[in-house]
Amino acid sequence: MRKLLVSGTILVAIGVIVALLVAPEAQWSGIDEAVVNKFAKDAGRPPREPYINPGQGDVLLFCFLVAGAIGGFIIGYQYRGLFPPKATSHGDSPHV
Amino acid sequence: MINHMRVLTTLLLAFAILDSASEPAYAMHISEGILPAHWAALWFALAIPFVAWGLRNLRIRSKEEPYLKALVGLVGAAVFVISCMPIPVPTAGTCSHPCGTGMAAILIGPTLTVVVASIALVLQALFLAHGGLTTLGADILSMGVIGAFAGYGVFVLARRLGAPWVVAAFLAGLLSDWAVYAATSFFLAAALHGDGSLTGMFLAIGVAFVPTQVPLGILEGFLSAGCYSFVHTRRPEFLGMLNRGGAL
Repeated sequence: MRKLLVSGTILVAIGVIVALLVAPEAQWSGIDEAVVNKFAKDAGRPPREPYINPGQGDVLLFCFLVAGAIGGFIIGYQYRGLFPPKATSHGDSPHV
Repeated sequence: MINHMRVLTTLLLAFAILDSASEPAYAMHISEGILPAHWAALWFALAIPFVAWGLRNLRIRSKEEPYLKALVGLVGAAVFVISCMPIPVPTAGTCSHPCGTGMAAILIGPTLTVVVASIALVLQALFLAHGGLTTLGADILSMGVIGAFAGYGVFVLARRLGAPWVVAAFLAGLLSDWAVYAATSFFLAAALHGDGSLTGMFLAIGVAFVPTQVPLGILEGFLSAGCYSFVHTRRPEFLGMLNRGGAL
């Protein structure tokens, strides 16, 4: 698991560095703007404001942070129950 | 103490991932107002039976598999985080997100994946402006239903053809991602083609997704293979019913 996490982190880091080097001028807009909204606007049906708009700037950032915190907590909590640490070779019970 | 550190590390990782998203990036999530009412209603009508099927299966299977609800909670939270995580793709200079439903389908089954994807999409639409409320049916159908059943179907087919399970899991993630974006292309083309050709517009939208989704699909393939490999190694009993074909 540790190897997997380290490999994944290294891959993502390399990907981000390569992305910034290869296309430093890119806007990195979401594919919704680049594809979905473009076709929708061309067809005369541009997206409208969301019915529940969490706001812009830091409020939206706050919403994403809270969502990430809750999602991360649930992942960690359930992971701990489903995949408990292995007992040591001396037969000790795992750390709690 | 070590466990507290693990929970803290997980939270910090989730913070770091989502902190990069200062603006909403809907990607396959279809934004509010793009679909006409009759198309939005049709996709809702097609998605709802799958959600009901998933809820029924969750109730039945959780009586037989005591760990199932915890596993569904873990996978559901992962789908929620993965499907609102914009990843920069250097081949296109844009950002998009994986779906996670191919990975989920080979861990908990496709019908339960529809349930967790629906919950994730509702929360994203309500609190993150990530996809629309009126387009929720189309989003559930593409990411939840088509993503899950494509991933699971590819996995089962690859295993029956003799592919090693890690290859089958990789293909499930890869083709599930591409299936989601193909479905999104079709939904958009069906609603927007007007007097033009449906096929022509479907191909145009699909081709526009290619530079971003080909590399992201490969990434999602590795994600699926890694997660399946981990569960298969540590707790193979979690995959028992799915591997025996006893649970959808």
